[in-house]
Amino acid sequence: MNRFDYVRPATVPEAVAAASAPGAAFLAAGTNLLDLMKGGVARPSRLIDLGRLPGLDEIESLPDGGVRIGALVRNADLAHHPEFARRFPAVAEALLSGASPQLRNAATVGGNLLQRTRCAYFYDTASACNKRAPGSGCDARGGENRLHAVLGWSEHCIATHPSDFCVPLAALDAAVEIEGAAGRREVPLEAFHRLPGDAPERESVLAPGELITAVRLPGEAAEFAAHARYVKLRERTSYAFAVVSAAAALRLDGERIAEARIALGGVALKPWRARAAEAALAGARPGADAFRRAAEAALADAKPSGDNGFKIELARRIVVRALTLAAAGTPGRVPALPASPFAPTSGAAPHA
Amino acid sequence: MPEITLTQAPAHVRHGSSIGQPLTRRDGVLKVTGTARYAADNHPDGMLYAVLAVSSISRGRVAGLDVGAAKAHPGVVEVMTPANKPPLAQDPDEKGNPFTFRLDLLQSDRVRYANQPVAVVIAETLEAATEGAALLSPCYEAEPVRAGLDSDDSFVPPAVGVGNPAEERHGDVDAGLAAATVRVEAVYETPAQYHNAMEPHAVVASWDGDTLSIDTPSQGMAMAQARIAGLFGIAPENIHIRSPFLGGGFGSKGLISGPQVLGIMAARLVGRPVKLVLRREQMFGPVGHRAPTRQTLRLGAGSDGALTAIDHHAKTASSTFDDFFEPAANVAHTLYASPAIATSHEAVRLDTGTPQFMRAPGEAPGSIALESAIDEMAQACGMDPLAFRLKNYAEVEPVSGKPFSSKALRDCYTQGAERFGWASRPLAPRQMRDEAGLLVGWGMGTATFPALMFQAQARAVLRSDGTGVMETGAHDMGQGAWTALAQIAADGLGLDLDRIEFRSGTSDLPDAGIAGGSAHTATAGMAIHSAGADVIARLADLATADERSPLFGAGNAGVIARGGRLFRRDDESRSESYADILARAGLPEIEGRGSGATDPAAQSTYAMHAHGAVFAEVKVDPDLGQVRVSRLVGAFAAGTIINPRLVRSQYYGGMIWGVSFALHEHAVMDGRSGRPMNPNLGEYHVPVNADVPSLEAILVEERDPHVNALGIKGVGEIGVTGTAGAIANAVWHATGIRVRRFPIALESLIATAA
Repeated sequence: MNRFDYVRPATVPEAVAAASAPGAAFLAAGTNLLDLMKGGVARPSRLIDLGRLPGLDEIESLPDGGVRIGALVRNADLAHHPEFARRFPAVAEALLSGASPQLRNAATVGGNLLQRTRCAYFYDTASACNKRAPGSGCDARGGENRLHAVLGWSEHCIATHPSDFCVPLAALDAAVEIEGAAGRREVPLEAFHRLPGDAPERESVLAPGELITAVRLPGEAAEFAAHARYVKLRERTSYAFAVVSAAAALRLDGERIAEARIALGGVALKPWRARAAEAALAGARPGADAFRRAAEAALADAKPSGDNGFKIELARRIVVRALTLAAAGTPGRVPALPASPFAPTSGAAPHA
Repeated sequence: MPEITLTQAPAHVRHGSSIGQPLTRRDGVLKVTGTARYAADNHPDGMLYAVLAVSSISRGRVAGLDVGAAKAHPGVVEVMTPANKPPLAQDPDEKGNPFTFRLDLLQSDRVRYANQPVAVVIAETLEAATEGAALLSPCYEAEPVRAGLDSDDSFVPPAVGVGNPAEERHGDVDAGLAAATVRVEAVYETPAQYHNAMEPHAVVASWDGDTLSIDTPSQGMAMAQARIAGLFGIAPENIHIRSPFLGGGFGSKGLISGPQVLGIMAARLVGRPVKLVLRREQMFGPVGHRAPTRQTLRLGAGSDGALTAIDHHAKTASSTFDDFFEPAANVAHTLYASPAIATSHEAVRLDTGTPQFMRAPGEAPGSIALESAIDEMAQACGMDPLAFRLKNYAEVEPVSGKPFSSKALRDCYTQGAERFGWASRPLAPRQMRDEAGLLVGWGMGTATFPALMFQAQARAVLRSDGTGVMETGAHDMGQGAWTALAQIAADGLGLDLDRIEFRSGTSDLPDAGIAGGSAHTATAGMAIHSAGADVIARLADLATADERSPLFGAGNAGVIARGGRLFRRDDESRSESYADILARAGLPEIEGRGSGATDPAAQSTYAMHAHGAVFAEVKVDPDLGQVRVSRLVGAFAAGTIINPRLVRSQYYGGMIWGVSFALHEHAVMDGRSGRPMNPNLGEYHVPVNADVPSLEAILVEERDPHVNALGIKGVGEIGVTGTAGAIANAVWHATGIRVRRFPIALESLIATAA
């Protein structure tokens, strides 16, 4: 491993100041960064350990009924927080469908947002990757790209964002609180990650030195609690990234959908909010036809980036599945196999 | 080596012999408390750390290494390259016996596969060595890569597996196919797989003059000794190997690998002890893998469902520089009766590391193809897959005509089917759903693996304090040799388990042969058994010849050894303890020796195989194609079962490997670079706990008087066979979609799903 400075700031302003130097990187749990450093993929010259920063590990209820989640809250602590899980069940389910218990016990909220793609060519320093080495090319194009992006990709990068947690956050209008040298600001989570375009190395809207301090869910997000699910298609039952995934949340008004929220995972370099699909459902009666129309709308702009055309139809089907499960109602507790097609279901079969 | 204190089974809970008792593994407490010392846990004084730099191209040459940059890094002691490596007494490309494979030991700047070692950095710390290796920044002259089974002209290999003919014929397959009323022809593909034992290959090496001491995981210490001795030009007895525990081997630790030898070379170069441990991604190249296969099956059957022909052809690959050809088609030799059976192989050479033995080499990929094809034929004949298999039950080995030494496969079918509930299976596919609407399918496969033996020796000692010692340099890869072999030793010595000391796991003990081919318990066990018989015979000679002994004159009647006493066979009221016999003879201890090996007479007379039947239930999401194996029942007959708990565990492990083979495991190879792109356990998928919700292994009674005196057949590999095919067949039964490319990808199940 290369030599680097290790800084342990005591306050957020100190952390921000320490991170303004080139080559600096924030270290939270390190569940992704340390692997990248061991593989020579990331070679920061200065690590700023956020682990001792006070006040960033709290889950606070807000007056509007929303919640503010400190950036250092552990994935497992958030998912198992009873009040949070009750009000935002799809988020809890998404968290519990990710990684392994050991990783969830360590990984943080801020780190989850900033985790890097799992594209093999990004991890492999012998391959060309515009994200790792800008301008070097993209070996995923024409390579092993079965699981790569079908939405929002560019010829410079066809990677996907691997987070489960971010998918329901995007659907539920989460906001990201950021602190930097210029002060405090916030951006909608939906706008936090950047699509690759011609600069895939720029992954988020964070400026150098800026630190995520919290993620906030608005009070309205809790209004979907009775009909909110996350579903994740995987190549094994657990401990695998999504082939495709979807979060769906419905607010019902009698027999009609008053408002729908839909976001997709595993399809693009960011959690993919499907607003056209949401619009297609407004005022509709929940059911297979409406859900299929919404799924078509969600994937209207999709195109294969390689040997992954099948993901487009799978993404449509996962949208239909997530909507079907959401319409059936949120289960009383997160299933033992969270977000899995093999989670036990109650009531009508969700399958065609 | 530190003392290894194994758990003692309390004698009072045991009745009868040690063999057959379901003891928990005697090294279990050591393992769960972290005190079992694996190779990389050793840190001799003055030890340095070695880290490999490996090639990122698959073919070409290393044109430059920035040795200066690496050596300038603080803590780096030396960089070993082709220019300064210590001289070897033998060219690592020289071939010896069939188990000698060419090694990459920095003999030149050639690169012949990805992840080939190109230099070794030796440093005071692991971190410094790692950074030094990165700083070498090799530059290459790359050449076009041959990747994939279609990348070059194929040829018929001179032999497959170890010395088996590439083509074998029994009867007239063309005539059999012509005469058939039902024919099935299908092509199945299996991917490259990497062993991925949890413990990476590791070595801690210390030289003292021309004496070498190494800690390294080995499935065959004596062979490793011989290989190292040849390479360094020293006597094998000057090499002391300690390998008490392996964190899995699966064949990849059967022969000493190039990286392990590089660690020894590094220690010689710097004159200090050196530790070298492979990184996970470095295990995808120089330590073997299972080659991909493309298998064509042609089956013919009459209107009654009786097979008329089996033609099993396998295309596979070896490296460009050495020969190992996965004998995938040969599984068709033994399983199903047919008047005509032909097996054949062809191969290409790829820019990969040389493939190696990997758990059930040949049988595993061959079985998934053959069992799928049998299932397809049963379907074509309109027959239940079990009824079809029974219709074509081989009463003698089909290709050789030899009788089986024992074959309780019918019992396996019966007991497995009953336990699984097979009788209620609908014949047509896509008939069953669970309460959640998931498609449910049932499939089966037949398991088979040859009952092999290698050669082993053991030394037995009886001491005047009434205790015994048994020594053999066996290998515990996790299968439980410390326990099962000690059980055989206890019975062999006629002592309770807590009265014997079982010494194993080091190369200064008698050679226990190789822990491979599912033959270790049989081979080392027979050596132990024979050594026990030898020392008991010596003890009996002392007693029966001594007129002061109550056993005097029992030489013709004979004695029985039990519980530390010899009993007159025809009058058990006359007995004497071992201690008394030795004390009177004035001997502190007596010694016996024994060996274990194949009985050539039995081998020429009988076909010797273990068998099993595996039944699988899968659930498939009809819209999304995700598959989960919800139930597996395997029934296996493998002769004498030394320890049912450990054997069941072996079957479980094999069956889970079958799940992996059918649904998960594959190296994602970039066709342009020939490089594995998922060389880590996050992306190289093997099953996790949630993938294996219900697993059952039935131990079917089988007595085999021919395989060896103990009747042991071996259980390490058979579980993989049968299982993978059963799962593939269950996926067809659930969906009506026959997937012939493994592992089964979810997109192959959604095309016609609705």
